[in-house]
Amino acid sequence: MKIVVLVKHVPDAAADRTFHEADHTTDRVGVDGILSELDEYAVEEALKLAGSESGEVIALTMGPEGSADAIKRALQMGADSGVHVVDDALHGSDALATSHVLAEAIGKIGEVDLVLTGMASTDGGMSVVPAMLAERLGFAHIGFVGEMSVDGGTVRARRDSDVTETVEAATPAIVSVTDQINEPRYPSFKGIMAAKKKPVESWSLADLGVAAEQVGLDAAWSQVQSVTKRPERTQGEVVTDDGDGGIKLAEFLASRKFI
Amino acid sequence: MTALNPLQLLGVDHLLDDEEKAIQETVRRFVDDQVRPHVAEWYEHELDADTVRQLAREAGKLGLLGMHLEGYGCAGTNAVSYGLACLELEAGDSGVRSLVSVQGSLAMFAIWKFGSEEQKQRWLPGMASGELIGCFGLTEPDFGSNPSAMRTRARRDGSDWVLDGTKMWITNGTVSDVAIVWAQTDDGIRGFVVPTDTPGFSAPSISKKLSLRASVTSELVLDGVRLPADAVLPEASGLRGPLSCLNEARFGIVFGAVGAARDCLHATLEYARDREVFGKPLSSFQLTQAKLADMTLELQKGFLLAMHLGRLKDDERLDPRQVSMGKLNNVREALGIARECRTILAASGITLEYPVLRHANNLESVLTYEGTSEIHQLVIGQALTGESAFA
Ligand SMILES: Cc1cc2nc3c(=O)[nH]c(=O)nc-3n(C[C@H](O)[C@H](O)[C@H](O)COP(=O)(O)OP(=O)(O)OC[C@H]3O[C@@H](n4cnc5c(N)ncnc54)[C@H](O)[C@@H]3O)c2cc1C
Repeated sequence: MKIVVLVKHVPDAAADRTFHEADHTTDRVGVDGILSELDEYAVEEALKLAGSESGEVIALTMGPEGSADAIKRALQMGADSGVHVVDDALHGSDALATSHVLAEAIGKIGEVDLVLTGMASTDGGMSVVPAMLAERLGFAHIGFVGEMSVDGGTVRARRDSDVTETVEAATPAIVSVTDQINEPRYPSFKGIMAAKKKPVESWSLADLGVAAEQVGLDAAWSQVQSVTKRPERTQGEVVTDDGDGGIKLAEFLASRKFI
Repeated sequence: MTALNPLQLLGVDHLLDDEEKAIQETVRRFVDDQVRPHVAEWYEHELDADTVRQLAREAGKLGLLGMHLEGYGCAGTNAVSYGLACLELEAGDSGVRSLVSVQGSLAMFAIWKFGSEEQKQRWLPGMASGELIGCFGLTEPDFGSNPSAMRTRARRDGSDWVLDGTKMWITNGTVSDVAIVWAQTDDGIRGFVVPTDTPGFSAPSISKKLSLRASVTSELVLDGVRLPADAVLPEASGLRGPLSCLNEARFGIVFGAVGAARDCLHATLEYARDREVFGKPLSSFQLTQAKLADMTLELQKGFLLAMHLGRLKDDERLDPRQVSMGKLNNVREALGIARECRTILAASGITLEYPVLRHANNLESVLTYEGTSEIHQLVIGQALTGESAFA
């Protein structure tokens, strides 16, 4: 079984996030980046599935130079190899362009049984790439999966969205997994040391036969006009209990439409 | 957040390569997930055997146990990585670092360095995975700093060995599957690999400790323990054997102490920022800042010293006297930092809500084991003057 895991390198959420002044894209260069935490669940699931069926796990990312770190992390966890799509023309690509490029990359990898992704990236948080990718590749798509297994050519998965349902699909399929599906492993020291020797290929747009005009900021269907910092958090409201604390709490929650 | 990391002012991260950083980061996460949430509880009620076993298995999965040894299921990292792992473990708790040090650098190292091929095959893979726990029995009730006078004796009976004596203050003793026991023989001091289920062996734990409570400390009682001829470590004879093991573990402590101090300073910086006295944040007073600045300086100097020794070790140029300098300085300074931090936290500082007094209490043990500060002063003094002042 050949599994591609999509991994994304995102700015560390613990650090301050900034945007480029000129085009309002996320600054991915000046900040420390990490493998999107939600993608770790996808890597873990891929390793588990591959482990039980002696499969192969390939980590795929698209992003600037530094994003190879996301691949490295996946390799340290145990993935077999990596593919990094990197090209200056990709700067500012939207989800449509991203799915186009990734679809071509998966096509070039070839003979893929399963594509696993996190349920969203921890920076953009759009959750649309897996569905777009499925459409482009003609794969079945199961989103927000909290439990899954693969038997022969059939994926069985529990979707946890508004309702919980168990569905089946024939491979090749794209599955996006939630943070409920497993507990991602720490990379072991042996894994960390072995990662150095694992192959990572670097592909440009030309390698994928994608024209530069089809991707990047200029080709994006939406454009960010301006960026405003989220206002500082306010102090919060202290409810003093004079015997009616419960009522006040309930009133507060109702006023915010929580109950 | 960056302004809060007291190890980053000197940019010491640049001294590490990617692999070393990844290992350090992994251990930090392990400590955050598996140690920090429980450590106050372990300290308050002392660590039980099941928890130690569980912790050892988790550490084994990561590759922490015997991580700097080659082969037999060990990860085979460099010495700096091992040091960084000790640093992160001890930022959690010196007791947890002790578990790993004793297992990897004392018990496993003794077998790895001085054992026969059969001994290595039999014990090392299980110890690397954390399924088997080991301890190292050198100290006796009457002989700590002067182990050469030990009374534990191994006499030959036919081809067998029979061991009698008592060891004291032995980390992991009660929970061990195998004990490395050092004993006098007709040919000087020898090391023995003792399965702890051998008749005549017992390891009652020492309670009522005020330090290193998240670590098991025990007595080893050897009452006519009969072992086959091949239980002796073939390649070790004389005190050089155990001392070279101690040197390995001590190296880890040079880094570990920095971790405990960093954790104290971290907690203290946060506390000083949030705590208001006389209508202003505690961190805005000059006296507080002077303390914070001085502690940060010592912390970073300690880290640089540790890194220097680490690079020497990876170059196979590390001299035991250099390790003495590292241990003497870094543990002493870490203890000083922990106590100074406690003054900034004041009353809050005496509780288990905050790590500072726990670290300070732990570091009292660290100051004593693996060679007391005084012994290391004597080692350095002898190197400087050519005169031995031990006896
Ligand atoms: C929590 C804990 C865990 C331990 N784990 C282990 C373990 O796993 N295995 C093991 O074998 N041991 C272990 N030890 C024992 C430790 O190594 C000894 O406690 C240490 O070597 C000191 O011995 P002592 O306590 O007998 O002190 P002593 O040797 O009695 O020393 C008393 C004081 O005299 C000083 N002193 C001694 N000799 C001289 C001298 N020549 N000149 C000047 N001053 C001197 C010492 O520095 C000290 O201040 C552990 C100890 C502790 C506290």
